[in-house]
Amino acid sequence: MAGSETGFLARVRPDLALKHGVLGVAVLIALTPTVFMVLTSLKSEEEYTFNKVGPPAAPVLDHYRSVLFASDFFAWMGNSLVLAAGAVALSTAVSCLGAYAIARMQFAGRGLLFSVSTSLMAVPPVVMIVPLFVLYAQLDLISTYHGAILIYAGLITPFSVYLLTTFFRTIPRELFESARIDGAGDLRILVRIVLPLSLPALLTLVVVNALYVWNDLLIAIIFLQDDAKRTLMAGISVFQGRYGDQIPLTMAGMVFASAPMVILYIAFQKHYISGLMAGSIK
Amino acid sequence: MNQGSRIAPYAYVLPLVALLLFVFGYPVVRIFEFSFKMVRGIDGPWIGFRNYDLVLSQPLFWESVRHNLQLLLAVPCMVVWSLLIAVVLFDRLRGWKLYRVVLFLPYILAVPIIAVVMKKMFQFNGPVNEVLRWIGLDFLALDWIGSTDVALWTVMLLIIWRESALGIILFLARLLALDESLIESAKLEGASWWQRLRYVIVPQMKVVIEFYVVVSVITILSSVFSYVYMIGGGRGGPGTSTTVVELYIFNALIRTSLPGIASAVSAMLFLVSLLLIVPLFAVRRRANEEEVA
Repeated sequence: MAGSETGFLARVRPDLALKHGVLGVAVLIALTPTVFMVLTSLKSEEEYTFNKVGPPAAPVLDHYRSVLFASDFFAWMGNSLVLAAGAVALSTAVSCLGAYAIARMQFAGRGLLFSVSTSLMAVPPVVMIVPLFVLYAQLDLISTYHGAILIYAGLITPFSVYLLTTFFRTIPRELFESARIDGAGDLRILVRIVLPLSLPALLTLVVVNALYVWNDLLIAIIFLQDDAKRTLMAGISVFQGRYGDQIPLTMAGMVFASAPMVILYIAFQKHYISGLMAGSIK
Repeated sequence: MNQGSRIAPYAYVLPLVALLLFVFGYPVVRIFEFSFKMVRGIDGPWIGFRNYDLVLSQPLFWESVRHNLQLLLAVPCMVVWSLLIAVVLFDRLRGWKLYRVVLFLPYILAVPIIAVVMKKMFQFNGPVNEVLRWIGLDFLALDWIGSTDVALWTVMLLIIWRESALGIILFLARLLALDESLIESAKLEGASWWQRLRYVIVPQMKVVIEFYVVVSVITILSSVFSYVYMIGGGRGGPGTSTTVVELYIFNALIRTSLPGIASAVSAMLFLVSLLLIVPLFAVRRRANEEEVA
């Protein structure tokens, strides 16, 4: 491979330069907002008025200090974390049981349940909000963690069921049969055999679903209106409304808000990429 | 034992069915019911088709629909751009894996965050226009965010920017799974880079391209709320220039407290999404078959 490329090199060099050029432009486009965000967050408010593009001449950390100590970012992140963890845990538990039954048990309505559940992946979340909002207002569930977790868990469950069912079906039948001969019941087979074998699928599921809940804005602003329950994404909207004119400060907030996901992405690139591909419908 | 195992499956699927009925089943039934009622608070009298009449005769509704349709123009741009980048990455130049990690970054950043950043970059006196003026492209230095004629195109740029990252990764994954002997033999027979792309590579990517198109259409018709909410200052602004159907529903429910109106629009959007399930299933099945084959 490498040999044939070097042999070619003399002839295709302009070609190669063009390709590197295309990728260079693509990288520039992909990175510019992040670079702008980081550079701007380090400028003072006055510096930004005359230096919008270049690197900061005199970097300051004041904005980060304000974000860390004088804003609600930590509380917002905490709320987002509670919701993501709760919804992912609930959805995963419900989906493991359901997907196991769909993949490995015989019962009436099995095919129907799977196709209806899968179809729900294409139904826009916004369609569900009106009746749930009216119901939640009536039951006093607006601005409660458990109310929002239930909705999020429901919204991510069709994808979980789809992914787990297709994965469970690939597990060899002999494993189930030999476990059954040893006298293991279904629950025991699920917990002791199926789940340990499904760790990659479960990891993908956690990544995709947690990211969905963490990044959601629509459900968050409708169902968590109380300041104390605000999520990170809803908080960002408030933050930009309040400090939108102070662009460097706003950018420091955005750097801080995007840091957790970017760090996780760099640490777990492979799972992210394969997970988000699998979950591209969400 | 036999008796137990006949009932057991239902115990396993019961929580799943209950959750789906609560979050999807109940709302779908209720939106249709509400859409024929004048809902005040939690319920109201039946009023026939009056909600639908009202919505369908309102210019703002049609404007929202038109905005969603206009945003669909992003899809061909996303396909072409992603395909170009994926194919160049597939040549596996030095450092292509690093390029891949960087090019997927836009998809990792949350939409609200990136919308705030872009909004500042594209301000009339912001850095984008400063650079454009500096390189002599003054005519391109538009009021990207503040002009009613331009704002929706700015939203579209942002959508293309972010959603193309997914296309690049999907297409590249498919390319890496291709049978490379075909490409090699085309190369040996003297096919140029363009000919190999046009006649050997793209035909084999038909299924993944279709899949990406369907997924993107669904996204743009039903999941662009965060883009317009953040760019349009929470109101689909300036004016109503970036209002989309999702925001219309949101405003009817939250800002004007008209659940009946919001339900009529939700019901129509639901029916449109049902129509999209058919092609989604078809491409998903074909994509799965291809992976097996």
